[in-house]
Amino acid sequence: MITRKRLAAGVCGLLAAMTVALAPTPASAGEPDAKSSPKVELTLDVSGSMRARDIDGQSRMAAAKQAFNEVLDAVPDEVQLGIRTLGANYHGEDRKVGCKDTRQLYPVGPLDRTEAKTAVATLSPTGWTPIGPALLGAADDLKGGDASRRIVLITDGEDTCAPLDPCQVARDIAAKGIHLTVDTLGLLPDAKTRNQLSCIAEATGGTYTSVQHTKELRDRVHQLVDRAARPVATPVATAGTQQCADAPKLKPGLYSDREKFAEHRWYRVDVRPGQELRASVSIAADRAVNNDYGVLLRASTEHGREIVRGAEAGDGRTDVISSGLRYPKAPSDSADDDAPAAETVCLQVSNSFSAPASVKTDPGLPVELAVDVVDGPDDASDAAFFGLGHGWWLLAALALTGLLTGLLWGWISRWRVTVWRTN
Amino acid sequence: MRTLRIVTTAVLAGAALFGTAGTALAESPSASPSTGSDGAAAAPTEAGTSFRTATVIKPDQRATADASTGDYLYWVLPVDAGQRATVKAEVKLPRSARHGAATWQLDVYDGLRRRQACQYGARTRTAAPDAGSVELSCTLRTVRAWAEPWANDPLPGGYYVRLTVADLPKDDLGLPVHAEVGATVADMGGARAVDGTLGAPLVPGVSTAAPQDEESTAPEDEASAAPGKPADLIAPDGGWSSGGWSDRWLWTAAGGLLAALAGIAGYQFTRGSGRPSRVPPGA
Repeated sequence: MITRKRLAAGVCGLLAAMTVALAPTPASAGEPDAKSSPKVELTLDVSGSMRARDIDGQSRMAAAKQAFNEVLDAVPDEVQLGIRTLGANYHGEDRKVGCKDTRQLYPVGPLDRTEAKTAVATLSPTGWTPIGPALLGAADDLKGGDASRRIVLITDGEDTCAPLDPCQVARDIAAKGIHLTVDTLGLLPDAKTRNQLSCIAEATGGTYTSVQHTKELRDRVHQLVDRAARPVATPVATAGTQQCADAPKLKPGLYSDREKFAEHRWYRVDVRPGQELRASVSIAADRAVNNDYGVLLRASTEHGREIVRGAEAGDGRTDVISSGLRYPKAPSDSADDDAPAAETVCLQVSNSFSAPASVKTDPGLPVELAVDVVDGPDDASDAAFFGLGHGWWLLAALALTGLLTGLLWGWISRWRVTVWRTN
Repeated sequence: MRTLRIVTTAVLAGAALFGTAGTALAESPSASPSTGSDGAAAAPTEAGTSFRTATVIKPDQRATADASTGDYLYWVLPVDAGQRATVKAEVKLPRSARHGAATWQLDVYDGLRRRQACQYGARTRTAAPDAGSVELSCTLRTVRAWAEPWANDPLPGGYYVRLTVADLPKDDLGLPVHAEVGATVADMGGARAVDGTLGAPLVPGVSTAAPQDEESTAPEDEASAAPGKPADLIAPDGGWSSGGWSDRWLWTAAGGLLAALAGIAGYQFTRGSGRPSRVPPGA
């Protein structure tokens, strides 16, 4: 068995080597490709409250600066990093002006460490906390390209600029389908800050961290920047429809969509005879939803006959609920067909999420749909492995059958000898 | 097709029988990398935060991750046909004063993101406010080589592990935790071997590389396809099994041999020993 595995591995290795040799050489790995390199914007609160000295005996601002300096030293080369401040410039009391006070401190692009550090060093705690406008500004800074985007928001207080709800702002940004994640770090463990920051994180599929020490702050920001550098498949935005007939045709790949509460959407996939369709769907709960929920993924023919379904239900705290299905289409019988006609399979994605009346239902919940079409399986003709047997009962049965056959054979040949002799 | 497969399998099985003894000795040092220190060093120290970003781990590796309470941590590991995987997780809880008990949860999903049942093990566990750590475990069903499309049976492919806190006082959200996750796989032998094989293991994106090559006119397409999780990352060390071998071959062969011997014995029994007594000498 091991030999066989090695042989297979060898063949695979050879094939892989051939593929690599034949494939057009991509841009050299070390060189960051401006179009697809991940972008990160560190968004730092420089409001007056950052003066408070409650992180390891130093002020919040000093802790943040120290953490930034260490993080800037270790930013991976492929990441394009920018820095934005909120509440850094306006000293006055006018709320209207204070709530527009957000500025890009260092533009998103290849990092010049000295320049970025100098820019951070000039900051001193000043004004208001306009989180919503800062998020909008940061999303604008990260425009362009199709790689993943990440905002790391570091703040010590809740937004002081109502009625613009930063949580709703975050959800709206995420709904634009630009693969944007907001990770939040709270320097003050009070309930209001935590609720707001965890809501922002939840709305974009990000994380919330409560920070009490400089080391924690540094490690976490470092980790988040590194995370941005990890390669990840980015889904393609699509829009499912209410009926199968006018649904978008999907090729194998990863897709994203938005679906309202208790809504369903249709997509279409072509499957040729002898191929297997595989589809997985995840629906994210990006806001406060009721405790019990579910998802249903259904494959049906164009005429509405259900072929197979995947369903899942759950309750309690969750990021996503997902299900999947596979549909192997039988090989066509007619051998003379050169290109057998593909069957159009309708995929229906529905959810049974619900939410309290106070929760906004627009934009819909994020849907991630993965579609794969592979060669069909080798069908089983028997439940057992090649119809082979296993166990002591099998041995006993075979031995007994052999014994009986031997006896019978022996008696028959004796009888024949006797008959021949008497004649 | 099927005949061809059986013939190939028989040949392979024969080769395997002769080859096993020779190569087992040579292979054994590399077969258990986890015991060495290099195995521990290679273990990932970060976890993914979604199905798409899940960190690939190998069986017998101990993956670690620093995270915040409330994060959803994802790993993915390959499990092949005939194997039964056991996933174990340990969470070191924050040392700072917590406000109440927290329930931690381990979920396992297959390559199609279908949730998989645990046969044994504490999948969820509630940690007291003063507990230092919490341990979770989940033993999956034995992975089958083939199943009907309507069944939820575990099939060969990537298995996602999700670790998160399912219930906690809101005040404890965001506190730092340290998580360790490891998986072991046990070979369940031919007793669980079934007929049929999948065209390809249930690994996400297994087909996307090929179609994109077909339609790519610009090199950018190649570049954008490259950052995806290469399907071959999620694979067992020796590659996926071809589904041609199980110890059922040995059982059946032994049965055949036994039947032949019993047949000869039965035939001999009817002949008695030596010449029949009634036959006159010199006949």
